[in-house]
Amino acid sequence: MHDKILLSHGEGGKRTRDLIAKVIARYFDNPVLSPFFDAGLLGRIEGEIAFTTDGYVVTPPFFPGGDIGRLAVCGTVNDLAVCGAAAVAISCGLILEEGLPMATLERALAAMRDAAREAGVTVACGDTKVVERGKGDGIFITTAGVGVSVDGWRPAPSEIRPGDRILLTGTMGDHQVAVLIARRNLAIEAPVLSDVAPLSGLLLPLLPRFPGKVRFMRDPTRGGVGVTLNEMASAANARFMLEEARLPVRESVRGVCEILGFDPLYLANEGKAVLIVAGDAAEAIAAALREHPYGREAAIIGEVQEGGSGVRMRTLAGGVRAVDYPVGDQLPRIC
Amino acid sequence: MRLKYIDDFRDPAAARALVARIRRDAGDAPVRLMEVCGTHTVAIARCGIRPLLSGAVTMLSGPGCPVCVTPDGYIDAAIALGRRRGALLATFGDMLRVPGRFSSLEKEKGTGLEVRVVYSPLDAVRLAAALPDREIVFLGVGFETTAPAIGGAIKTAAVRGVGNFSVLSSVRTIPEAMGVLAADPEVRIEGFLCPAHVSVVIGTDAYRPVAQRYGIPCVVAGFEPLDILMGISMLLRQKKEGVSRVENEYSRVATAAGNRKAQDMIRDVFVPCDTGWRGIGVIPGSGLRIADRYAPFDAERKFGAPVVFAPEGSACRCGDVLKGKILPVDCPLFGKACVPEEPYGPCMVSSEGSCAAYYKYGAA
Repeated sequence: MHDKILLSHGEGGKRTRDLIAKVIARYFDNPVLSPFFDAGLLGRIEGEIAFTTDGYVVTPPFFPGGDIGRLAVCGTVNDLAVCGAAAVAISCGLILEEGLPMATLERALAAMRDAAREAGVTVACGDTKVVERGKGDGIFITTAGVGVSVDGWRPAPSEIRPGDRILLTGTMGDHQVAVLIARRNLAIEAPVLSDVAPLSGLLLPLLPRFPGKVRFMRDPTRGGVGVTLNEMASAANARFMLEEARLPVRESVRGVCEILGFDPLYLANEGKAVLIVAGDAAEAIAAALREHPYGREAAIIGEVQEGGSGVRMRTLAGGVRAVDYPVGDQLPRIC
Repeated sequence: MRLKYIDDFRDPAAARALVARIRRDAGDAPVRLMEVCGTHTVAIARCGIRPLLSGAVTMLSGPGCPVCVTPDGYIDAAIALGRRRGALLATFGDMLRVPGRFSSLEKEKGTGLEVRVVYSPLDAVRLAAALPDREIVFLGVGFETTAPAIGGAIKTAAVRGVGNFSVLSSVRTIPEAMGVLAADPEVRIEGFLCPAHVSVVIGTDAYRPVAQRYGIPCVVAGFEPLDILMGISMLLRQKKEGVSRVENEYSRVATAAGNRKAQDMIRDVFVPCDTGWRGIGVIPGSGLRIADRYAPFDAERKFGAPVVFAPEGSACRCGDVLKGKILPVDCPLFGKACVPEEPYGPCMVSSEGSCAAYYKYGAA
């Protein structure tokens, strides 16, 4: 086997077969994928089906706490989980740049295998393409996922009522700060790990345990909790009031944000969920979240109020202000 | 990293007590105070301080956002420089969307202008060293806080012989602008909340001429919520006592004399000059141009491309906002023709602009 990816690895000939048989098959060995038919045959699936897709292009592909492989599995598993669905099968589409070290590919595949195992999902089909040097960024991965709804649960933003509570399953901004630091152009060192994790084990057991109490769930990835809450508030046509004092942020992440002028509310997360739940069950659901390793720092961060729509926040100073969509990237301040 | 120190300056109970004291000390008509610095403007909006003080204090937002006061002629000059063969513009990200007379860097970038966002002026020097066949022009926009870093970059380029690096300077000094506003009878400022970081460099004594000549109380304050409330309270106490002096709430960092090293750097690389401020006009002695001995690093002289200042002639009222004559919401374009995605004036562009802060944190 070559130690670097060549264009011929994507041309469909012997090298492509070798790559699949000698490298990829070593990591994804399961009865659905292994025959290498043109499609993975999943058989009969009982229940309501959810289906999603996502592309992963993170730079650098390896960062403290995770990597593009783990991200590619967790991102899709989480999109299904916040819709109440347990992932059954995912695809693995690889777009590799000519010259990518084989070891890098194998590291990403190993991470995908481990994350899929953790999430209990089968990698059921795949595709590999190679693009010329300079036309990719090392490795891109796309995954699509099929899931089955737990108890037939569906997101119900229209059920959101004043008095409902807003829960966040843990600290904000860990992923984006970890990746920013890994890029090494900020001249900042801080011990921050990405939170990338599959959330199905955290979220799905809540649905049968608290029937009718969980109204709506989202995973606050790009744009962070701030953008996700705005989207949720407009979907529900509801007014959310956050409490700044209750927003969980890790000390190291806060430190980086203070220096660079970032607002953790708008930083991406890859292992967190926002939940809108009935007020009378909020404490019990928060306690249930905290029992799980990925929900230890879960917090009730606000509530749904009467009147209007949009997101507002009661600040530490006691004032109230709007939490709006940001425009463009957050950039370090200049004075 | 320990942040307990920061939490002490965000304590809700202490904030409530200060708000009560400010309300007690304020008179019947709201007291007109100006926060000079854009970082204060954003902090006040983010903490929701304005509504907490409504009726007691009117906070006017001043000209202390470097992006907002950069005249459109500067953007025009930058675009023209960037269009030269081999040129590559290096800039802080905030400048990308600032409108010039005809276009912005962001729009020109879409049609082939090469613009690289950097986080520090030294990054631009490194870029120049790495790309010896390109001309790197750094857009040196800022106040006394940024000036030492820009000066340091120029000196580094000089020492290392990086000849393909230059700076289009638009560096300004704050006390001169405050003097102009203090003298303007239309603005009627009753107290200045002076910037934290700028004061760390120039020292709190720099505001004494403003306090003495115009009889306006000055308080240097930090950027945390309690710093700001405490600063406002100190301004009201001065007014109540009928005095006008410079006081320092930010004494944990700022001193009377300031940072001598940074001042030496500024004096070494720059000399004061008259410069145009968007919306305000030319303020004598309020700019810093690159000193003659560093002329090879002055993009205006190197390429014979001077920045031309001309007053703006649109419906945009950024000028009146920057002078504190109107609040952002009083501009007819605010939130309608002028929004952060499609800004008309610079106050809506910069993350530290007062219009952007009002728009982002005030609506809903």
